[in-house]
Amino acid sequence: MDFTLFFQRVVDGIASGAIYAALALALVLIFRSTGLLNFAQGEMAMFATFLTWYLADVGLPIWGAVVGSMAVALVGGAAIERVLIRPVEGASPLTIVIVSIGLFIALNALAGYLFGYDGRPIADLFPSRVFDVGGVRFSSETIGVLAVLLAVCGVLFVIFLRTKVGLGLRAVASNPQSSSLVGISVGRMLMLGWGMSGALGALAGALLTTKIFIEPNMMLGVLVYAFAAATLGGLDSPLGAVVGGLVVGVAESLAGGYVDWIGSDLKLAVALALILLILLVRPSGLFGSKEIARV
Amino acid sequence: MRRITVRRRSPLYVGMRVAVIAVVAAVVIAIPQYYEPFRVNQFTRIVIVAIAVLGLNLLTGFNGQISIGHSAFFGIGAYTTTILVADHGWPAGLTAVLAAVIAFGVGALCGIPALRIKGLYLALVTLALAIVFPLFVKRFSSETGGSQGKSLDEIEPPEALDLENDQWRYYVVIVVAIILFVLVRNLVHSRVGRALIAIRDNETAAEVMGINLARFKTVTFGISSAIAAVAGSLFAMVEGFVSSQTALFNLTGAIEFLAAMVIGGAATVVGPVFGAFFVEEIPRLLSDYNPALSQVLYGALLVALMFFIPSGVVGLYRRVRSRLVVVEGAPEPAVVTGQAFGGGAAGPTSAPDETVRSR
Repeated sequence: MDFTLFFQRVVDGIASGAIYAALALALVLIFRSTGLLNFAQGEMAMFATFLTWYLADVGLPIWGAVVGSMAVALVGGAAIERVLIRPVEGASPLTIVIVSIGLFIALNALAGYLFGYDGRPIADLFPSRVFDVGGVRFSSETIGVLAVLLAVCGVLFVIFLRTKVGLGLRAVASNPQSSSLVGISVGRMLMLGWGMSGALGALAGALLTTKIFIEPNMMLGVLVYAFAAATLGGLDSPLGAVVGGLVVGVAESLAGGYVDWIGSDLKLAVALALILLILLVRPSGLFGSKEIARV
Repeated sequence: MRRITVRRRSPLYVGMRVAVIAVVAAVVIAIPQYYEPFRVNQFTRIVIVAIAVLGLNLLTGFNGQISIGHSAFFGIGAYTTTILVADHGWPAGLTAVLAAVIAFGVGALCGIPALRIKGLYLALVTLALAIVFPLFVKRFSSETGGSQGKSLDEIEPPEALDLENDQWRYYVVIVVAIILFVLVRNLVHSRVGRALIAIRDNETAAEVMGINLARFKTVTFGISSAIAAVAGSLFAMVEGFVSSQTALFNLTGAIEFLAAMVIGGAATVVGPVFGAFFVEEIPRLLSDYNPALSQVLYGALLVALMFFIPSGVVGLYRRVRSRLVVVEGAPEPAVVTGQAFGGGAAGPTSAPDETVRSR
């Protein structure tokens, strides 16, 4: 067996896995606080990425553009929660799923209307260099994407476990009623959760531009992988989202590379089958918390 | 405003129902005589979508197992018919039966993991099904035609009947639809139907009452998939062409079915008809009105509908009717409540006291 090739495939898998992980984290943030799956997550991220492109186009340095679009996405995410999600909060989950699907369709079409469907390139986020370690090639983009993901994890860790706002977010996620009784503004926390999720999506979109051009449908494939990653890790576990993202990325890369019968068409199917197997053993994902219902 | 009181099974009540059914039947029969062929084909397609949504509604609306993967079962039906008719010369009608049997098997298999995987986790597993199906079609393109597509002979009217192609196809689809709708109606009003609803509303309580969860859930998954496959089979017979790009076999289709189910009215028998009409007709109307922004408007309309009529068209009808008419001795309709889809799906906000989380 060719170990260099094997490690190369693992590295490639990790590189895409880190992007899936970033979007999966955004999904998990919303699931934890509001208990719903945001199908529009990918389209929100796509929209923010167009904004990044626009800001870079009018002359901001690329990282300035990314931060600017994250800030706008933070406000935008909070606004979406307040205006579109709050009114249907107590409704059946199906109702809320349809609201997020409506948002998905509208955002996708609006981006097509405003920016067109031709792919646009964007300035490089990372200097293009390739490091060679024993035959395995690490591009600076791979390293950069991983570094950003690690930084995001660090920031989220600090926010959630070391700040008062984070305590409020966790309290609302675990029990909204008791939280409001001790004086936490549940609504504001939900808005903040959506806002953070929007900002993370904007970052994930920017990272994705290291691989593909910007266009309205850029997020469709990635969103599926992000869903898979979040499910695998456990929908309410941020750590699970990161691990899940990396596992999905590596599984996809190895399956496509090693099993001839699978080829490029079915590599996604393999990643998904793997997830089904894991869910059969652990129905709430690897790191998810189990639901115990009182009857 | 004073409400009119009508007793169930009284002559007035029966008369009103008969009148409504007669009017609907007249319209349904008259459509292909009145409209031009391309419009009739659009109606045929609406009825096909309604059948698929009927199947989904049995699983998701009545039994509470959310599926975002029914496009796959629809596709299984379509490809079973296409391959058998085009390559093996089977009669089309027979292939629909086989399609139902195959989809029942695949669906019941999917129902087995569904016993362990619940709520939104299950929704995501079925989403995977929707994603994977077109990939399989592409992978086995020598049999399926892949993204290039595959043609089959459309069904044609028998010589004895003086009907055009489009009219014959419409009537065939309508007859199948009526049979399936009546079967599902009888099913959900039976002991089995009550068991399905009991499972949706409270699984543990249902089990304690003596309902065999494993059997009911897997069989429901199977029946629901079989109905969607029959719809897919009809789709192939009517369109005469299938490909992995066909929207209804992809995630787009799965989402369309789900949206139609909710807009028509989840857990209602006739809801799928209204829902299918909506998801097929409204985008067309909107794109006549403003082609550039039609999808933006459509998305906004979906959101607005969920704000104002979350219980769907049938829910709206029931609300209006209850303001105007009181039916004495009517059974309570099976409404979908906020917590009907299990703790996992409803999440911490909507079920704060019923659900505890633990490591």
